[in-house]
Amino acid sequence: MLSFTLKRIVQLIPVFIGATLLVYFLVFATPGNPIAALSGGKPMSPATEAALTAQYNLDKPFWVQYGLYLKNLVTLDLGTSFSGQEVRDLLARAFPVTARLAILALLIESVFGIIFGVIAGMRKGKLFDSTVLIASLLVIAVPTFVLGFLLQYVVGVKLEWAKPTVSGSATWGELILPALVLGLVSLAYVLRLTRTSIIENKTADYVRTATAKGLSRNRVVTVHILRNSLIPVVTYLGADLGALMGGAIVTEGIFNVPGVGHLLYQAIQKGETPTVVAVVGVLVIVFVIANLIVDMLYALLDPRIRYA
Amino acid sequence: MRYSHASKAVVLSAALALTLSACGGGSNETAGGEGDGSYVVTANTTEPQNGLLPANTNEVGGGRVMDLIFTGLVSYDAKGAPVNELAESIETEDSQNYTIKLKAGHTFSDGSPVTAASFVDAWNFGAAAKNAQLNSYFFESIKGFDEVNKEGSKKEEMEGLKVVDDTTFTVELSQPESDFPLRLGYTAFMPLPEAAFEDPKAFGEKPIGNGPYTLTEWNHDVNLKLDVNESYDGPRKAANAGIDFKVYQSTDSAYSDLQSNNLDVLDQIPPSQLASYESDLGDRSVNSPYAGNATITIPGYLDHFKQDEEGNLRRAAISRAIDRQLIIDKVYQGGKVKADDFTAPVLEGYSADVPGSEVLDFDGAEAKKLWEQADEISKWESGDEFSVGYNVDGAGNKEYVEAVVNQLKSNLGINAVAQPFSSFKELREKVTSYKMTGAFRTGWQADYPSLYNFLGPLFGTGAGSNDGKYSSKEFDDKLAEGLSATDPAEGAKIFNEAQEILFKDLPAIPLWYQAVQGGWSENVDNVEFGWNGVPMYQQITGK
Repeated sequence: MLSFTLKRIVQLIPVFIGATLLVYFLVFATPGNPIAALSGGKPMSPATEAALTAQYNLDKPFWVQYGLYLKNLVTLDLGTSFSGQEVRDLLARAFPVTARLAILALLIESVFGIIFGVIAGMRKGKLFDSTVLIASLLVIAVPTFVLGFLLQYVVGVKLEWAKPTVSGSATWGELILPALVLGLVSLAYVLRLTRTSIIENKTADYVRTATAKGLSRNRVVTVHILRNSLIPVVTYLGADLGALMGGAIVTEGIFNVPGVGHLLYQAIQKGETPTVVAVVGVLVIVFVIANLIVDMLYALLDPRIRYA
Repeated sequence: MRYSHASKAVVLSAALALTLSACGGGSNETAGGEGDGSYVVTANTTEPQNGLLPANTNEVGGGRVMDLIFTGLVSYDAKGAPVNELAESIETEDSQNYTIKLKAGHTFSDGSPVTAASFVDAWNFGAAAKNAQLNSYFFESIKGFDEVNKEGSKKEEMEGLKVVDDTTFTVELSQPESDFPLRLGYTAFMPLPEAAFEDPKAFGEKPIGNGPYTLTEWNHDVNLKLDVNESYDGPRKAANAGIDFKVYQSTDSAYSDLQSNNLDVLDQIPPSQLASYESDLGDRSVNSPYAGNATITIPGYLDHFKQDEEGNLRRAAISRAIDRQLIIDKVYQGGKVKADDFTAPVLEGYSADVPGSEVLDFDGAEAKKLWEQADEISKWESGDEFSVGYNVDGAGNKEYVEAVVNQLKSNLGINAVAQPFSSFKELREKVTSYKMTGAFRTGWQADYPSLYNFLGPLFGTGAGSNDGKYSSKEFDDKLAEGLSATDPAEGAKIFNEAQEILFKDLPAIPLWYQAVQGGWSENVDNVEFGWNGVPMYQQITGK
C-alpha cells in the first residue's frame, strides 16, 4: 500500500509539469496583447507599454518565458498578476473559499444522493422511486444558472432567509445555499448511480445468503448491499471533487463567492499567464490526490482489491 | 436631459420622517439635503485593477475609490463644473504658462502637509518612463514630457514644472491648451505625500490620501472600507459615516442584494433587468446620460473607405443607414440616448445641432443614394464584405453590433457581417497595430468634463486613441485654435466648428450617448449620479 501511494505521488511530477507546460502554451497562444488591453482603449504611451511588456517577460519567446516561470517556481515564486499582487497570495485567498464550497457540495451530494439512492433502489418501482427519478431528471435538465438564480431569488430576495450573496469571509453557513446549487446536479447523478447499483446487487447470491443467515434487514442493506454498491459511486465522487473546485465559475458568480472560478475566469480574460497556470496546477494536484484517495477506498470497500 | 427620478414626494417624506423621529441624526451639514449622517453606505464596485496610485488608476473600480480618498486642485460637481479644492487660484495669460497657488494648511491623513512639491513630485513620478504608469500620457502636454517618458530615460523631472514656494508652482505646457485647468480634477493629477515615493507598490496597497475619506481596509476581491477623513476640509465633505465598497463579480448578484436591501447603491443595472428595474425600484432608480458614447470606427486605411470623396460618401451612407433609436428601444429598452455629435450632452458647450449633424439621422433612401454615388467613383463589388468587429467578452456588444449589421444589410443591400473577437485584448491588439480588415466598435468615456477630451485624443493626427488613423490638417488647426482660446465659451464654439469637419469625414460614426442606469436601497437618501456616471458617494445619507 505504501509503495503504491509513493509511486502515485511520484507520478504527480510529470503530470504537473506536462499540465503547466500545456496550459502555459495555451495562454501564450491565445491571440491578443494583454498589455494593450490594460489601457482599456485609452491611449498608452509607448514607453509605458514597453516597460510593462518587459516587466511581464512578454517580449521573450515562449521557451524563455516558460523556463523563467519554472525557475521561479522552484523557489515557490509563482509570479505576479497584472495588478502587481503575488499569485501566491491570490491562490491563498481563493482556494480555501472554494475548498469549503466544494467540500460542502460533496457532503450534500454524497449524503443525500446515497440515502435517496438506497431507498429508491430498495423500493424499485414504488412511488418514492418514481418521484425521485423524475425529480433528479429535472435537476439534470435545468442549467445550473437557472437553478442558482431561482434559489437566490426565492430564498434570498423573496423569503429573505439568507442574504442573496455571501460575505467576504464566505463562512460555512453562508456557503450552504451555493453548495446546494453546486451539488444538486451531482446529487442527481449520485442518486441514480447508487439506485442502479443497489438494484443490481440486491439479488446477488451473497445477499440471499446473508438474509438466510437471519441477519437483520438493516445490516443486510448497509453492510452487504450498500458497501458493494459504492464502488461506482466513489469513483464518480472522486472525479467530481476536482470538477467542483475548478468548475464552480457559474455558481460562484451568482452568489458572489470570491473563489477560484472567478479568479481563473478573470485571469484567462486578461491573459494573465502566471495566475492561470498556478490555478490549473493546483487543480491538477487536487485531481490526482482525489483519485488516489478513491483508489484507496476501493481496497476498503472491496477486500478483493489489493495493492501490492 | 432626463435626470434623477427621485420625486419631490420622497424628499418630502424623508423630511417628515426626520421631524417625527428624534434619532434623525443629521448633525453633519449635507450638500444634497438632510438625512442620517451616521450611516455607513454600502456600494458596489469591481476590484481595482492596480495598486491605488493616481497615475496608475485608469478604470472605474479603482477610480471611484481614488477620487474619494484623494483630492486635487479641483473636483467636479454633479454637472461636471470644476470646483476649487486645494487650488487657491489657477492663473494664466496665454493658456500655456500657468501659476497655481494652493490653499495653505491642508494635510495628508498621515499629518504631512500638502505642498506645491506634493503635486510636482507626483506628476513627475507619473510621467517618468521607469515607473510605467498607465496614465502617463496625461502629462504629455507638459513641457519636457517627451524626454522623461522615453524608453530607458533616466530623466525624472519635467522641465515645465517648477516649485516656487510651499504653496505656489508653475506649469509650462508645450503649446497653449485652454482646457488644462479642467483636467486637474482627474485622478492622474492628484498629489502624493513623500511616503509614496519610498515604496510605491506598498503605498498603492495602503494609500495615504487627503480626500474626504481614508481607506482603512482593502480585502482583495472582497471589499474596500472607507472611513471619513476628519481632517478634510473642502467642498466634498462627507454626509455619511463611511462607505463600504463591496466587490461584485457580476451586476446580477449585486442587483439581488439591492432588492433585498443588502446593498445601498448600485451604479449599473444588469442587462437582464433593464426592462423591469424601474417598476421594481420605483423612485429609487435613475436613468440619465453621462459623459460617454459608443461609436463605430471605419479606419481610413481600408479599401473603399480612404479619407477621400468615395470614403466620405460611404461612411455617410453607413451612418444614415443606421436607425439608432430603433436599436436603443429594442436592444437597450431605452437605456441610451441617440447621439447628435461626437461628444456628450452633459458637457459645457455641448450642442445638438452642429451643422452637418443630420448625417447621424436615419434616412434609408438618402443612405442608398450616397452609396450609389460612391459606387460611381469606384464600384463596391457584390462579393465585397463589410464587417464590424466587436469583442465577445463585453456584455451586450454582440446584440448591438448585430443589430447595426442587419440594418446595413437591409438598408444598403450590402453584405455586412458582425466579426467577433474572442477578447478585448485581441481586438485592441489588432486595432492598435492598424491590422483591422473592417470596421470595429469603439467608444469613449470622458476623463474630465470637456469637449476637447472627446476630440483631441481620438481624432487629432497621431493622437493616442486615434484608432482609425484619421488625419486632417484643417481639424488639427481648429483644435489648436480652440485650445488657445482664453474664454471657455469661445473655445467650445471653435470645438463645435471642428466637429463640422468630423461630420464630413466621419472618422468614427457616433451611435449613442451612454446613460447610467442605477438604483439604491430603502436605507439611503440623497443619491445623485455625477457627470461621469459615478454616484456622488459623499452626499449619500441614511434615512
